[in-house]
Amino acid sequence: MDYGTLRGFIALLILTLFIIIVLWSYSKKRKSSFEDIANSIFEEDLALKKQTAQQNEQCHLDTENKQERK
Amino acid sequence: MTISNTSAVDYNFDVVRQFTVMTVIWGIFGTLVGVLIAGQLIWPALNFETPWLTYSRLRPLHTNAVIFAFGTSALFATSYYVVQRTCQTRLFGGKLASFTFWGWQAIIVAAAITLPLGYTSSKEYAELEWPIDILIAVVWISYAIVFFGTLIKRKTSHIYVANWFFGGFIITVAVLHIGNSMVIPVSMMKSYSIYSGAIDAMMQWWYGHNAVGFLLTAGFLGMMYYFVPKQAERPVYSYRLSIVHFWALISLYIWAGPHHLHYTALPDWVQSVGMVMSIVLFLPSWGGMINGIMTLSGAWHKLRHDPILRFLIVSLSFYGMSTFEGPMMAIKSVNALSHYTDWTIGHVHSGALGWVAMISIGAMYHLIPILFNQGRMYSIRLINIHFWLHTAGLILYIVAMWISGVMQGLMWRAVNTDGTLTYSFVESLTASYPFYFIRFVGGVLVVIGFFLMAYNMFKTIGAKDGSLEAVEET
Repeated sequence: MDYGTLRGFIALLILTLFIIIVLWSYSKKRKSSFEDIANSIFEEDLALKKQTAQQNEQCHLDTENKQERK
Repeated sequence: MTISNTSAVDYNFDVVRQFTVMTVIWGIFGTLVGVLIAGQLIWPALNFETPWLTYSRLRPLHTNAVIFAFGTSALFATSYYVVQRTCQTRLFGGKLASFTFWGWQAIIVAAAITLPLGYTSSKEYAELEWPIDILIAVVWISYAIVFFGTLIKRKTSHIYVANWFFGGFIITVAVLHIGNSMVIPVSMMKSYSIYSGAIDAMMQWWYGHNAVGFLLTAGFLGMMYYFVPKQAERPVYSYRLSIVHFWALISLYIWAGPHHLHYTALPDWVQSVGMVMSIVLFLPSWGGMINGIMTLSGAWHKLRHDPILRFLIVSLSFYGMSTFEGPMMAIKSVNALSHYTDWTIGHVHSGALGWVAMISIGAMYHLIPILFNQGRMYSIRLINIHFWLHTAGLILYIVAMWISGVMQGLMWRAVNTDGTLTYSFVESLTASYPFYFIRFVGGVLVVIGFFLMAYNMFKTIGAKDGSLEAVEET
């Protein structure tokens, strides 16, 4: 195989790879998992907010308990 | 908001803090040197008859300072932050991360000393001599170990898209730097490239354009894919597009280098390949830009009261403009007019001050309060003023350079009926003076903006922990 033909095949190979990447990323099956990944950067903040909210609630309960005891 | 303290993961934010502060400091330094040399083009006496203050020695200092000191520090800071947050794990490597900080700062100081002294390999954006080049390679490989080590020990199942861009940038810059810096040293501060003639030129612009493509584009796109959604508080417009964007961008950029060598000794077919690849590059560039801007769809009102988001989104508009202008200038017939003129300088600064600086500044304003346990920056008003100073300075700069550049191109190619040149070079230079002054004024505005940023940053750092509370806007 001469060099020109080889280069032609490489170009075709890369084009095929690109089409596979597009089909893969736009397939219906992946839609929801990609949405989850896109939202993942907010997960930690949400978890943190929940944690703080729980802590606050606990504080309120503690104060109420103390007041009741009095 | 004390994310860093209450979070379950013990993040390594020390190195992020160090790089963040130095980003702002080097931002001032780099642009200040730029303003000085812009001044020298109008008032040559500003070199004070001192060899190490001449334009030829300070110009590489300016480009190295803004690209490798300011821009790359911003990339270190944001990549170390993003990789930890999105992988929900502490930075890999412990002391090695700290070494990348001190090593990188040492390189910058070495550059700031050797370039004014006149030590240069004379390769654009790769001027530093071989001992410093070796140190760069060592620090960069350490950077790759820290970054990819963190990716390997991640607690999440996926690798968020920002990390793909950061990873691509880190690997490619290592390959580019080591490839282009192959030299034969003849003394401590003098070396010769192992490549010869046109091959050396080709290597140099393979390096040069991919420094733009991977350091100044892919790296900052990583920044964009994390900080734009975070600041807008909504996920990226299309995650699927971001995947296609990544693979298309990295597979195309590497071929665009020859457009820096149109009408030179480079074989004609290589020039044509470079031109075609540069034009195709328009597609992934705009795909990414649209993906970033559309993240705001349905939340445009946030731009009204959030100057940080404004920095991020306007940076994307400049990215779109520069990546339209770039492919156009890569067309050989357009390049025949634009090459060697101020148009090129205008194009570079629309990318550097518009895209790179604005996305970094936005990311830094987002990061600083989080890193120093505050709800917001010390002054939102100052961020807003910074935004307008920077934008005004930038527009003055690029418009002046466009006009001056096209004018130069037209004057240089004008011929009389007998075939002689209509204008001498000096005539085109004289015609450029007013525009050099406008450029100088634009640069001064940008520097003032950076000083305000530094003031705002130190006030935020110095404030009592948690005393600056986030403003809830509706």
